[in-house]
Amino acid sequence: MSAIYILWLRELKRYTRSRVQIIASLGQPLLYLLALGFGLGPVFERAGNGSYVQFIAPGVVGMSILFMCIFSGISILWDRQFGFLKETLVAPVSRMQIMLGRTLGSATVATFQGVLVFIICLIAGLRPHNWATALPQAFVFMAMVAITFAALGTAFGSVIKDMQGFPIVMNFMVMPMFFLSGALYPLSHLPSVLTVITRLDPLTYGIDGLRGSLTGVWHFNFALDVAVMAFIAAAFLSLGAYFFSKIQI
Amino acid sequence: MIRVDNLVKTFGDFTAVKGISFDVKQGEIFAFLGPNGAGKTTTIKMLTTLLKPTSGTVELDGLNPMLQQKEARQRFGIVFQDPSLDGEQTAYENMELHGVLYHVPRKVRTERIESLLKLFELWDRRDSYVKEFSGGMKRRLEIARGFLHTPKILFLDEPTLGLDPQSRNQLWSHVKRLNETEKTTVFLTTHYMDEADRVAHRIAIVDHGQLIAQGTSAELKASTNTESLEEAFLALTGESLRDESASTAEGMRQMARMWRR
Ligand SMILES: Nc1ncnc2c1ncn2[C@@H]1O[C@H](COP(=O)(O)OP(=O)(O)O)[C@@H](O)[C@H]1O
Ligand SMILES: [Mg+2]
Repeated sequence: MSAIYILWLRELKRYTRSRVQIIASLGQPLLYLLALGFGLGPVFERAGNGSYVQFIAPGVVGMSILFMCIFSGISILWDRQFGFLKETLVAPVSRMQIMLGRTLGSATVATFQGVLVFIICLIAGLRPHNWATALPQAFVFMAMVAITFAALGTAFGSVIKDMQGFPIVMNFMVMPMFFLSGALYPLSHLPSVLTVITRLDPLTYGIDGLRGSLTGVWHFNFALDVAVMAFIAAAFLSLGAYFFSKIQI
Repeated sequence: MIRVDNLVKTFGDFTAVKGISFDVKQGEIFAFLGPNGAGKTTTIKMLTTLLKPTSGTVELDGLNPMLQQKEARQRFGIVFQDPSLDGEQTAYENMELHGVLYHVPRKVRTERIESLLKLFELWDRRDSYVKEFSGGMKRRLEIARGFLHTPKILFLDEPTLGLDPQSRNQLWSHVKRLNETEKTTVFLTTHYMDEADRVAHRIAIVDHGQLIAQGTSAELKASTNTESLEEAFLALTGESLRDESASTAEGMRQMARMWRR
């Protein structure tokens, strides 16, 4: 247990000590929120879909959690290159504990990042439909998205061996997952191929959960989103644990 | 304390370690010397659970490190050939993390961290980030960390590589001191023959994955009819140069440095 704790703590320290990076990582969500939120807002409203900032804010929160998780996972690569990974892998604790400590640490950091972006969204004009239920429900989804993708990040960080793999992961896994998740557009009335793809995207259910919790507009429903996310989280945690256990140094 | 019998490691069709056997007694300082690519690091990796031997047996304090991994890991400390510190944490935090991973009880941990950091003259810098340390300080910290959980065996893989003579000298004094006070068995590799001569009780020389001689420094000199350990080493291993493949790790570290800017 204490091994999990100390590695979890390390991720938190790493995050809180890089203030510049925290601010820098708020730039991208802010850009999406402002440029798209206000840029596409008029078109979106004319189409009768209501406020676009209201619509896109949960997507932007989900995106920032997703990216944070992947970046944290990729930091396994740095630890490998700077040698610290060896120190943990040769210690008398199981790989599972090391993997959990790291992954839960990334997830905690990413959730925190999600809360920061959420606050920015509030400033930009997001209005939860019902504060009392919206906040706890949204938090549940933030945490679930964070754990799910932190585990996926750990899997990526364990599999790819050098930085050349990073753009591949970003361009062929992470960005598609974001763009096909319904973070930026409604999932109804899509071409049928796209409907199928969006339903296969794990992030879809997290974004829908966030949006439903915050704005009261669901594509699926609370129970389905929670169930699917819990299932995917378990699957990705197993995947992350498996690949992490295969790391050779 | 360490018993190795007919140890073999093959990578694909290349055999890096070709049937090495030796014994290291409790409390002994044992130097494992050889030119680049001789198979020293590979042997250490097999002794420390990081690589599975292709064949042969290893026994550490009566344990098989492959079967009783956790128990074996608890019993040894290791200073890798490449750095293994967390630069983003302070010296103290690096020690603390190690202590927790090795199940050192809190009270003992606090006491030992203080005494080891003082011994290795890092106590004043305990709250500095490790990335700000010089090469010598990093090495000292790694060795202090290796001793933290009171291992029965300490593996040191080229611990003095790249250090100035002062740091090297001081580092070996500390290792010798701890070997005497804590009865830690030390298994080391180095390219500096004078160090091995001064510190080690017994020396083994490997080349091309084979053990070609072992004994005390005096015995090795006598058997080769030479005056110094360096001459004995050259007499045994020949004068030809060994090419070491450029490590990809170094390339990555350079890239990492660029990225961080
Ligand atoms: N993972 C590996 N795959 C293939 N060859 C390896 C691997 N690790 C080491 N070797 C080779 O094994 C030989 C012994 O390496 P090593 O044990 O690092 O030598 P030393 O530490 O004595 O300099 C070298 O020729 C090296 O290139
Ligand atoms: Mg070596």
